[in-house]
Amino acid sequence: MLKIVEISNLTVQYPDVKALDNVSFNVDEGDFLGIIGPNGAGKSTLFASMLGLNTKYKGNIKFFDHDIRKSKDYLKEIGYVPQKPIFEKNFPVTVNDVIRMGLRNESDENKIDEILQQLWIHELSNRRIGELSGGQQQRVFIAKALVNNPKILILDEPVTGIDQQSIELFYSILRELNSKQKITIIWSSHDLDAVNQLANHVACLNRTLFFHGKSEKFFSDDELVKQYSEASMQEHMHHH
Amino acid sequence: MSLEILTFSFMHRALISGIAIAILCSIVGLFLVLRRYSLFGDAIAHSSFGGIALGLLAGVYPLWTAYGVSIASALIITKIKDRYNISGDASIAVLLSSGIAVGLVIIGLSGGFTIDIFSFLFGSILLVSIDDTILILSLTGVILIVILLLYRQILYSTFNEEQAKVSGIPVEKINYLIVFMAGITVVTSIQLVGVLLISALFVIPNVSAIMYGKGFKQTAIISISFSIFSVVAGILISYIFDITPAGTIVLLAIGLLAGTMGIKSSGLLSKN
Repeated sequence: MLKIVEISNLTVQYPDVKALDNVSFNVDEGDFLGIIGPNGAGKSTLFASMLGLNTKYKGNIKFFDHDIRKSKDYLKEIGYVPQKPIFEKNFPVTVNDVIRMGLRNESDENKIDEILQQLWIHELSNRRIGELSGGQQQRVFIAKALVNNPKILILDEPVTGIDQQSIELFYSILRELNSKQKITIIWSSHDLDAVNQLANHVACLNRTLFFHGKSEKFFSDDELVKQYSEASMQEHMHHH
Repeated sequence: MSLEILTFSFMHRALISGIAIAILCSIVGLFLVLRRYSLFGDAIAHSSFGGIALGLLAGVYPLWTAYGVSIASALIITKIKDRYNISGDASIAVLLSSGIAVGLVIIGLSGGFTIDIFSFLFGSILLVSIDDTILILSLTGVILIVILLLYRQILYSTFNEEQAKVSGIPVEKINYLIVFMAGITVVTSIQLVGVLLISALFVIPNVSAIMYGKGFKQTAIISISFSIFSVVAGILISYIFDITPAGTIVLLAIGLLAGTMGIKSSGLLSKN
């Protein structure tokens, strides 16, 4: 199996806190990796480093066997869906405009229609993005991420603040992308049940990586699941 | 009388230059407004005042020094803003006041205000020469071509910087390009509305257009149309009634905005 991502000894030190401490793991082609961990566990820092948004890290990140410090070409193979896309509510762009922004090669025009159909947002294509519901917007951003036929889809807690029905639809879309189109998915989530249902690999992050492996292994180990729940609970209590 | 004015060659030059500036300010201004940089045009214009004073003191054509000073200070303030993490509005305030301060000191050194200074402060579109018109048309053409070529990159980095970066767009370079183009646009437009009213052309037609347009292109076209209408009608009306063109143009643009807000609040511009 082709190694798509290799992360070795990744450490990110912020002025006041070590956000990631010596994290190492690989992602193989076709993996559906769910990354779980409490708030502040370093999930967003991990993604920012993988996507070239944070360059101040120690250790190595390789995509397709190439160090990402040396070339940004790997970004062409990635579709990224951020936690909550930030834009001005009255920004005058339609759904069509947003997806077109993502389109690298203008000659792939009909790809836009195809992707709109696939994500059930065809009827929204001429609506302003700011007028749509959270769930609809999220589907638009997936469409944008997919429009260049990426090999990898990276999603940072993509269902925060979205209604249950949209979440179900969203998950079924992810499942199909992974199983039918063989897109490798790296996805961070708070929803342990959803990770159990969808992901075939799990990484548990809390600044250090305390588990990485097949999801059956994680979910069949009560001790591990409990540990995750405790870590998450502590974080929860800490916040209140 | 009303038709006769269309036969004057100074009026032809004024209208042609005015239309070019209207298009330019709308497009560049739309990106600035969407970046929450609405007053940046104003700040550059004020710094150009320093440049104009410098030119008058040195005996150089003031617009040339204005181009130099405006573009340089706009780029420097952007660099400082990024480097020291100063907020956008504070950096605009710094740029704005330093331009005026430099201008005032230089004007003091050169012996006080003259008629030239006033024409730069309030515009002098009816006095544009053939050379000015050619310069305005060429700069407008170049900037529009650059925007058309880099349309996706500019729009994307305006919409969401982080996502644009992940898509491999050189966001920082695009940001500097926008600032650079804004600098050129402001100084080019000084002749139409003057230093003090420039940001009106950058901002007002776009604020109106954003209420009407759905997509980006539609919004840009509406903004350009409003802007051209204000400029052409403003020049003609001000000439007929012998009032200042700059003020008339801006008041017309404000009238269109007020009308838009009226239509919107009456519910005629509802969502589909």
